[in-house]
Amino acid sequence: MQKMTNSALAEALNSLLGERIVTSEELYDTLVVEVSSADAFSVIETLKLDPKLSFNFLTLIGGVHYPENPGRELCVVYHLHSWKNAIRLRIKAYLPAENPSIQSLTSLYETANWMERETFDFFGIKFENHPNLTRILNMDDMDYHPMLKEHPLEDGTREDKDDRFFGR
Amino acid sequence: MNANDNLIRLSNGQVLSKETIDGDIATINFGPTHPATHGIFQNILTVDGEKILNSVQTVGYIHRAFEKLAERRPYNQITPITDRLNYCSSPINNLGWHMTVEKLLQVKVPKRVDYMRVIIMELARIADHLICDSIIGVDTGALTSFFYPFSEREKIYELYEEMCGARLTTNMGRIGGFDKDFNPVFHAKLKEFIRTFPAAFEEWNGMLERNRIFMDRTKGAGPISAERALAYGFTGPNLRAAGVDYDVRVMHPYSSYEDFDFIIPVGVNGDTYDRFMVRQEEIRQSLRIIEQAYNNLPEGPFHAEVPEFFLPDKKDVYNNMEALIYHFKIIMGESEVPVGEVYHSVEGGNGELGYYLISDGGRSPYRLQFRRPCFIYYQAYPEMITGSNISDAVITLSSINVIAGELDA
Amino acid sequence: MGKIEDLEVINGEGYQLTTLDKAVALARANSVWPLPFATSCCGIEFMATMGSMYDLSRFGMERMSFTPRQSDLLIVAGTISKKLGPVLQKVYEQMAEPKWVLSVGACASSGGIFDTYSVLQGIDRIIPVDVYVPGCPPRPEQIIDGVMNIHRLVKHEPMRRRYSEEYRHLLSEYKIEVTNAENDK
Repeated sequence: MQKMTNSALAEALNSLLGERIVTSEELYDTLVVEVSSADAFSVIETLKLDPKLSFNFLTLIGGVHYPENPGRELCVVYHLHSWKNAIRLRIKAYLPAENPSIQSLTSLYETANWMERETFDFFGIKFENHPNLTRILNMDDMDYHPMLKEHPLEDGTREDKDDRFFGR
Repeated sequence: MNANDNLIRLSNGQVLSKETIDGDIATINFGPTHPATHGIFQNILTVDGEKILNSVQTVGYIHRAFEKLAERRPYNQITPITDRLNYCSSPINNLGWHMTVEKLLQVKVPKRVDYMRVIIMELARIADHLICDSIIGVDTGALTSFFYPFSEREKIYELYEEMCGARLTTNMGRIGGFDKDFNPVFHAKLKEFIRTFPAAFEEWNGMLERNRIFMDRTKGAGPISAERALAYGFTGPNLRAAGVDYDVRVMHPYSSYEDFDFIIPVGVNGDTYDRFMVRQEEIRQSLRIIEQAYNNLPEGPFHAEVPEFFLPDKKDVYNNMEALIYHFKIIMGESEVPVGEVYHSVEGGNGELGYYLISDGGRSPYRLQFRRPCFIYYQAYPEMITGSNISDAVITLSSINVIAGELDA
Repeated sequence: MGKIEDLEVINGEGYQLTTLDKAVALARANSVWPLPFATSCCGIEFMATMGSMYDLSRFGMERMSFTPRQSDLLIVAGTISKKLGPVLQKVYEQMAEPKWVLSVGACASSGGIFDTYSVLQGIDRIIPVDVYVPGCPPRPEQIIDGVMNIHRLVKHEPMRRRYSEEYRHLLSEYKIEVTNAENDK
């Protein structure tokens, strides 16, 4: 049961972080907050160490690709969870498509290690100070990042399936 | 290697003095095709005699690009993909996905649907734990412990078949509820299951729980402390075995779980024996929940009113224009959802299974990301096995229940 | 030594007249040792086939050998990705002749529902397959039917097939070298 309401959380974030929050809105049942990519690490560190909020659990790190937003094509989404208050928080940081790079959370949460490798593998987002930023799920010699919207789902070289009949 | 020549520091912080090691360092490839790795993972182990010093993993041998595939498919057609995540307990994945879409559509399902979902999900949880624990038994050498639970799983398969027609990859239910109610055969089989399962379970459990050999093998194998487990993002039975009672069903209840009375079993050391015992107790608790849900099953419709996603009755399709249009749109996958993003998590067979869905109003998701517990557990595996023997590494791997389909998605 | 086309099998009191091919094939068919290469969901259905309800041990196949050298039948159950392709080919090459391959499930036969960049669209891209079992996952009865078809193939296989030029040509299409003592003169 959620022990703290989203509006109480929004107020607490405002008083704790103030200007560092770019936008904040409540979507469906979770508070979603945007921060700048340079600031993301220290914001999350503050949230983790704050005794009242204490976001002790990192649920998920993911990436999203928005090819139509120039300058903000890639987005890194952090899902945090505070067990003390039984409340979730989503933090987004936008990155440009050329040379996207953001500070890694591995020193705060050990679980961020593989999640960031997966995000790098799929989107090409580089995480600074990551102990081992290499591909994890795809083959090592793959030269593109498959989850970007411009790449197709199917392997173009397959000859047994005719795209005309498959509605592609 | 430490500056001090006489000491060797292992990757989990343990320090061994040079006299204790044999100096017989070798590199062994453990996987990807190995009978003891359940699924395809590769570990390159650096061993000294039998003691493991270091391990490097390679995953991705069964990467099937679910997340990219989901961007292509309409919402109804993503359910078969979610089946193939943790395929030992596929109804939980299916129903979790339906709950995510219902959250996005802001649809409230009737109480009967909630209770039906709870019954099916708890059956799936029993099925998952049966496999995991039987394989722990097999890896310690007790091959008989494989055959007993698998005949119980056949009973659960028969229950699935009554509801959806399939045994393993179930594609169960619809967005908004179920496509059919429990029929009389299901009622009879479920009553029979509730009546006979406890005795069969205790017969199998009695072979392993206080078995001297099993306890000697599994106690102290692959331990992880609660702080390290939390840092690694553990959830589910593996975290509960380390002593932390976090359960998504209790902290963020979904599908009327707050109506049921069940305890969360918690272990002490976080080793293989504790993981085994936590899962066994969870099977008993799941059966308790099924009994409560079945005895108090409320009357009412078995689906919510979601005409854009729920197929109308065939007689309406032939007689009513609106129903015909809805039928066409649903089958062709042209139903639309509002713009938005949600994150919903369920307590899967193996931990917190999360769905992060971003929709741009079209017929298929803009981005769907699965929070897969097995992916997160496998990262902690080197720390759990460093310093132990190869045979302990084998049973540790089977006790954290890493399913390849969920690890690689 | 000529070729005997049609020999009538005569069973008598304490003796039998048959060809060596048939006798050897009978022995082989009733003692196939499988190598389960189970990767995903079809692997769980294969485990259910091994269980006590759909007993695979009725064929004498309950002895699963996980080492390729000692097995006859490679059962590929589950999705094979491109990353795993070379591993599968290596396992196949390590098996000793005669060997058969059973492809269980839609993913192993043709890629299944995963028409994606990372999945191999069928294992027959890299190794020759004898029997395909469709299904997603196939019921245990279907897997047993596939196994029985393998037995039928084994029972009718001539003893010298693995040394023939045809077999060598078949395997060369998959870029696999057949090395056996007789042909390496």
